[in-house]
Amino acid sequence: MAVLVIAEHDNTALQASTLNTVTAAVELSGHGAGDIVMLVAGSGCAAAAEAAAKVAGISKVLVADDEAQAHALAENLAALVVGLAGDYSHILAPASTFGKNFLPRVAALLDVQQVSEISAVVDGETFIRPIFAGNAMATVKSADATKVITVRTTTFDPAPAEGGSGTVETVDAGSDGGQSRFLETSEPSRDRPELTTARVIISGGRGMGSGDNFKLIEPIADKLGAAMGASRAAVDAGFVPNDWQVGQTGKVVAPELYIAIGISGAIQHLAGMKDSKVIVAINKDEEAPIFQIADYGLVADLFQALPELDAELAKVLS
Amino acid sequence: MKVLVPVKRVIDYNVKIRVKSDQTGVETANVKMSMNPFDEISVEEAIRLKEAGAADEIIVVSMGVQQCQGTIRTALAMGADRGIHVKSDEDLEPLAVAKLLKALVDKEEPQLVLLGKQAIDDDSNQTGQMLAALLGWSQGTFASGLELTDGVAKVTREVDSGLEIIEVDLPTIVTVDLRLNEPRYASLPNIMKAKKKPIDEMTPADLGIDTAPRLQTLKVEEPPVRQAGVMVDSVAALVDKLKNEARII
Repeated sequence: MAVLVIAEHDNTALQASTLNTVTAAVELSGHGAGDIVMLVAGSGCAAAAEAAAKVAGISKVLVADDEAQAHALAENLAALVVGLAGDYSHILAPASTFGKNFLPRVAALLDVQQVSEISAVVDGETFIRPIFAGNAMATVKSADATKVITVRTTTFDPAPAEGGSGTVETVDAGSDGGQSRFLETSEPSRDRPELTTARVIISGGRGMGSGDNFKLIEPIADKLGAAMGASRAAVDAGFVPNDWQVGQTGKVVAPELYIAIGISGAIQHLAGMKDSKVIVAINKDEEAPIFQIADYGLVADLFQALPELDAELAKVLS
Repeated sequence: MKVLVPVKRVIDYNVKIRVKSDQTGVETANVKMSMNPFDEISVEEAIRLKEAGAADEIIVVSMGVQQCQGTIRTALAMGADRGIHVKSDEDLEPLAVAKLLKALVDKEEPQLVLLGKQAIDDDSNQTGQMLAALLGWSQGTFASGLELTDGVAKVTREVDSGLEIIEVDLPTIVTVDLRLNEPRYASLPNIMKAKKKPIDEMTPADLGIDTAPRLQTLKVEEPPVRQAGVMVDSVAALVDKLKNEARII
């Protein structure tokens, strides 16, 4: 048997989440799960398939290249994966909105109870996963013949993107079931890294006071090459768009450096960023819970601290 | 058009959960329970569809212990029409819940099932997608916008890169995200009226569904605690630490 990893990609390149998922597959392989095969389903996705073949640990890439798979519509993608499932003991996808959307369909069609968002592999059938927004960790053992798993990308290091020499094989992409149609995406036009892949993130909370005040963060983000994020409170107050939200109900991130500005540290926010390597908090309330998990805390008025921080960084980074 | 809305009874989102000392799960004795917040949003959306004339009956379903009827009553007080309680004292996994819901959909024949995108206890994010698969229906997950017209639903989806808009044929499954709407509070007169609304009771066996669990929980533990670091007294000191101690900038 073997492990099947469903690649998240944009037809030309793999998303970082795919490399994290491969690392979980490599661990399963170490527990006797066999070779690792990657499925690249898309439209005009030859370049992504080539990239997939180079990922360390991949023995084979299956390419399903067809208009029916252009937008990762759950109905079409799940049907394709179910058709391939017989050869695999484990089927993995990243626990991103891509994986969460289609993989439970695969599990149900295989009559399997999916294991969602694993944060560690114990052995081939036992996994650790966060529950209650990461406030508890459950160790679960699956009795199903095929393990269908989404992988929490922030807790697995990315597999090396180079070094593999997998073979590439074309598979039938299936047809368009026609039940759903992609209309459009509205991707925010930002000249900044994506939150989920950024090395540095700087986020603002309710303490920012207004959307306009986020301009104080921009020069700092520019200097650090950081993505900009926000707490749910800031999003709910209408300061910034909802795709900025970091937290239990937003994005789960784990950058090298996370800077929280005017964020009190509600459980819901901490659930989305507490795996960051280094956490900095600036808040005028010294009792703010964010300080309990911060590596470096500064009690200060952010309207003074942000311009100062910008100036200090200018000195240090010049 | 009938709308089916499953609701889950969970530990209230404001409760700081505690892991049991024997590692078998989390403490639920004397803990405040309420409707899963995402499910409140799906109940609200169903009521808005009814108010707009797009739906004519809202059926609320909950599965689990006897007290789930309280959760159903909450939805009835918000404005749902009737309830179904599938009684079980066992923990039901998403696959089992999806199978039970499929049996109810076969019976009730709704055109739309509105579910929360995930429950805040087990954080699985599976039931809606699984139900769609078992029924062979289309799906629109993580919805922050929903429009129904002429046998199709236009769903705005919250995805990692921003928003995606898709169109799905009815009947369909929609799972809702937080920003779809703001749920209403039930008024006192409506709470009184809800007491008279019917709730059908049944068991998984009545529906002919095997709900035996597939996953065994070996243990539940506290997450690793992150140690608090140091407080610095100035921005200059902070930047110095980041540069010379953490070596991150």
